[in-house]
Amino acid sequence: MSTVAETSMTLTPEHDTRPSASVRSRLQDALPKIVLAPSFAATVVFVYGFILWTIYLSFTNSKTFPSYAITGPRAYQRLWRWTFESDPPSSWYTSITNMGIFGFLYIFICLALGLFLAILLDQKIRGEGVLRPIYLYPMALSFIVTGVAWKWFLDPGLGLEQTLHQWGWTSFHFDWIKNKDFVIYTVVIAGVWQASGFIMAMFLAGLRGIDGEIMKAAQIDGATTFQLYRRIVIPLLRPVFLSAFIVLAHLAIKSYDLVVALTSGGPGGSAWLPSNFMYEYTFKRNEMAVGSASAVIMLMTITAIIVPYLYSELREKPR
Amino acid sequence: MLRKLLIGTALASGLAFAAHAEDVKEVQMLHWWTSGGEAAALNVLKQDLSKEGYAWKDVPVAGGGGDAAMTALKAMVAAGNYPTASQMLGYTVLDYAAAGVMGDLTETAKKEGWDKSVPVALQKFSVYDGKWVAAPVNVHSVNWLWINKAVMDKIGGTEPKTFDDFIALLDKAKAAGVIPLALGGQNWQEATMFDSVVLSTGGPEFYKKAMNDLDDEQLKSDTMKKSFDNLAKLVTYVDPNFSGRDWNLATAMVIKGDALVQVMGDWAKGEFNAAKKAPGTDFLCYRFPGTDGSVIYNSDMFGMFNVPDDRKAAQVALATATLSKSFQSAFNVVKGSVPARTDVPDTDFDACGKKGMADLKAANEGGTLFGSLAQGYGAPPAVANAYKDVVSKFVHGQIKTSDEAVTELVKAIDDAK
Repeated sequence: MSTVAETSMTLTPEHDTRPSASVRSRLQDALPKIVLAPSFAATVVFVYGFILWTIYLSFTNSKTFPSYAITGPRAYQRLWRWTFESDPPSSWYTSITNMGIFGFLYIFICLALGLFLAILLDQKIRGEGVLRPIYLYPMALSFIVTGVAWKWFLDPGLGLEQTLHQWGWTSFHFDWIKNKDFVIYTVVIAGVWQASGFIMAMFLAGLRGIDGEIMKAAQIDGATTFQLYRRIVIPLLRPVFLSAFIVLAHLAIKSYDLVVALTSGGPGGSAWLPSNFMYEYTFKRNEMAVGSASAVIMLMTITAIIVPYLYSELREKPR
Repeated sequence: MLRKLLIGTALASGLAFAAHAEDVKEVQMLHWWTSGGEAAALNVLKQDLSKEGYAWKDVPVAGGGGDAAMTALKAMVAAGNYPTASQMLGYTVLDYAAAGVMGDLTETAKKEGWDKSVPVALQKFSVYDGKWVAAPVNVHSVNWLWINKAVMDKIGGTEPKTFDDFIALLDKAKAAGVIPLALGGQNWQEATMFDSVVLSTGGPEFYKKAMNDLDDEQLKSDTMKKSFDNLAKLVTYVDPNFSGRDWNLATAMVIKGDALVQVMGDWAKGEFNAAKKAPGTDFLCYRFPGTDGSVIYNSDMFGMFNVPDDRKAAQVALATATLSKSFQSAFNVVKGSVPARTDVPDTDFDACGKKGMADLKAANEGGTLFGSLAQGYGAPPAVANAYKDVVSKFVHGQIKTSDEAVTELVKAIDDAK
């Protein structure tokens, strides 16, 4: 770039430096675009291109290999039929009800627990520097590690139940991880344990950003601590709620490894989430069309939840 | 004119060059036999090939395991970059053959007489459209009982010959305070056990019609309901903590004497061998009661791809070595399975292996050698997995009665066909 500018300067000494400046400034204008172009192209092809490809495949009768002849929405018809087969539950019915239970509890408990821990840590207590990383640390573990550790801890023959029996509390009974009706709640426990510390850190940052003057003013006006948090602090934390919700929602929907490591699918497949369903059908059962269709439905669900939420939150920004 | 001539010359010389090119002295192999015993067994083949001057090159698979390997293979084939051969199971071979990417070993097969030595039932998967496309490496069979002999002696049990005998034996173990049946509550283990239960309850003819031909009438028959009832009986003898347990942990329970018996394929013998236990003195292998004379099998195959001409010689050498009697014996002694040809001498095998080989030969001649539905040798993966779903949901209580199980089974299989 500089070579070009220098050359043009030496060749046209009688002119002022405007042409070279314009080349330089044009290059400077284009530079961010040039630098971004490869990653932009990669995103377009590998994210949006493959989304389109998946949508296309879901309308074919692809089995082991992709086939490109459109055969109609048979995969969606099957999923639609499975959606209502609750007794005995079809794998798809199990997956989507589990998604509802897991998604709601995981997001709700993480937000509540994260906020609660953050408020406690924000009371200017001693040793905060030690406590904060302790809560934050589980986020540094992969889902596989979390899953395996909790699998051993919750296993009635190895972990908590066995230990308490040895200590003499023999009536203690906790076998959720082996129980088809409760296994999904063990996934919630492990997931919450992992993510709530991170959410706490987000809320803590938000709390530190609140102007102390507002708090003092409210206290002078006679607000109780509860009112202070209920009416002032929590409403001010709204942008943090948005970020935390987005982070948690996508973690919940892409949870796959946690289910596999913790339950290996659960008794009779009772811990499946839609992502497990998708992988199982696409790669193990050679029903690529059904797998693609379920992936498209997952995408639609995320879009249906996130887009309106983002829209309503972000358009109020320029107040 | 001149131009055409030039192109012609170039092409001709190119062809001549290709014809004179040195054969590639290398075998590219995709497999997931990486654990101790399996890797040792495969080493035998590597040495056989290196004696003939062929180098062995493993195709790396990230993550290991069969699923990862199959995903890697799919990608390689999609890119047109075929390995010389790949470890494959059952219907996968046929899927790839239907996609037109498999090679043709018929000439070698004729020369080596595979048509006669390889069991007919196996040829359904190694021959596609009259052409040999895969070399079977071994035959596993799943209708086995693995029993801890010390526990058996303690409770005074004898070999169960019928299903009722088996229940009586399990009752004895229960009375003695041992876990009667070691089961891992994962869907493939439950379905593998159910394969044997169906064969025992309905007999060979019924098994073939229901589990290999997927005949609707048989699938919803009373015999099938009876099979589910029998499965429900067996499940009452497992410990409460069985759900999700890995198969080798269930085998370990039998090895340690915590449990009396496991129903599992003959790969369980590898665990006994690794624990330095000997058949006859430490553990016993019986056919699942009521299935003597029949063999439910699955088999590992080396699928041979349609490689360029300069790599065909290496492929033929690999296939020939794979089905040679010496390798079949050496490999299967280590692996715990039995040879994929019936004319291999059984001198190096232990008692269980000898019985397995004799049974395979008899079943092949008597027409009672059937593919295991749970292991993907009875029907394509979509159907096999639908079957595993139903069996597993029945075991874990999502499906409550055998009537309901039969209805669900027919529906699931029809849906997946």
